[in-house]
Amino acid sequence: MDKSLNLKRNIWLPLLILPLWYLVYRYLQTMSDWLIDTAFNMKPGQHLTEALRFFIFEVPKVLMLLALIIFFVGIIRSYFSAENTRKMLEGKSTFAGNVLASLLGIVTPFCSCSAIPLFLGFVESGVPLGVTFSFLIAAPMINEVAVVLLFGLFGWKVALIYVVTGLLIAIIAGYIIGRLKLEHWVQDWVYKTKLGKSAEEEEKLKISERLRFGYEAVREIVGKVWIYVIIGIAVGAGAHGYIPQDFMASLMGSSNWYSVPLSILIGVPLYSNAAGIVPIVSVLIEKGASLGTSLAFMMAVIGLSLPEMIILKKVLKLPLILTFIGIVASGIMIVGYLFNFIF
Amino acid sequence: MNIKVLGTGCARCKSLEQATRSAVKEMGIEVEIEKEEDIVKIMGYGVMHTPALVINEKIALSGRVPSVAELKEVITKYLS
Repeated sequence: MDKSLNLKRNIWLPLLILPLWYLVYRYLQTMSDWLIDTAFNMKPGQHLTEALRFFIFEVPKVLMLLALIIFFVGIIRSYFSAENTRKMLEGKSTFAGNVLASLLGIVTPFCSCSAIPLFLGFVESGVPLGVTFSFLIAAPMINEVAVVLLFGLFGWKVALIYVVTGLLIAIIAGYIIGRLKLEHWVQDWVYKTKLGKSAEEEEKLKISERLRFGYEAVREIVGKVWIYVIIGIAVGAGAHGYIPQDFMASLMGSSNWYSVPLSILIGVPLYSNAAGIVPIVSVLIEKGASLGTSLAFMMAVIGLSLPEMIILKKVLKLPLILTFIGIVASGIMIVGYLFNFIF
Repeated sequence: MNIKVLGTGCARCKSLEQATRSAVKEMGIEVEIEKEEDIVKIMGYGVMHTPALVINEKIALSGRVPSVAELKEVITKYLS
């Protein structure tokens, strides 16, 4: 196909899809209600009916939100490369550097498999260790999939609380790690490795090419997480109709003092992405789990993952990994208790 | 001509390798495709974002897995 034709299509396609997206989204509730009440002719109020209604409404809603947000995130990310982020962080003082690194962690493209090259690239070009950690904490914890699911299933307030507290943890934990001067706990070969001069030329991208980044992101991320969304919401729907109210109140309620550390202990080794865990947590809350405990649980699952720690073992000595886990877990714990106390 | 796929063995690195192989096959050209998993060598290219594609020792792509069609464009560009 002619390349310029292809690129033009990138521009007018969203203009067509967006109104359609809006219409479907707007009438999703009506359509799913019609499907349940009229097409399937199910009795309202029964467990099975309500579980199915929840499932049929939430799955397309969350997937549509995901596709839309990830499309725009993909475009925004085309303006931020790891190389630029590194340049911005080079020689930054502590604190200001920690804040900037945490913010950049949200917008810079990141996957846990590129944690090592990123870490090496940062540390070797003179980005302070603590600032690097701020980035490494914020990047996986505050990702678009988590934020979209929180927004879709809990509303914007909880999504905002999650982002803000996540940022604070990244900033403060990174700052503390920087203050502790733990450079000797970085594997010895790290500082000896020579970083090659990046031969990659920064080319100016046309807007149509940035749109292509958006499509790519949707294809890649939604293609990967859709199955977790469906499973997560299916489990949620099942629990929604069948598990009694207040089932979780004794275990994960705010009156239970050990609920926060317990949920973190369970959350760290649990490896799931945000797409799978958030729908389940939404049910935990409905069944009496408190907001603080649930937030702590999600942050532990999403932000502190065991596989990532194992990857980081290549560049960090064990005491540093443990310190890192300890500081971040403490931060999550404070967030958990704080929100249990407020609400 | 020589193409290297740089990556530490994650899922995205494998999909880039696969896509590159299909692109080369569709183009019907004679190319050697290597997988570079050694982190020190990867850093030697100055790549911070895996997976990356190196064509004739030049970084052509990093941090993303494009479609086979785009890969063909990229390979053609770096061939000339």
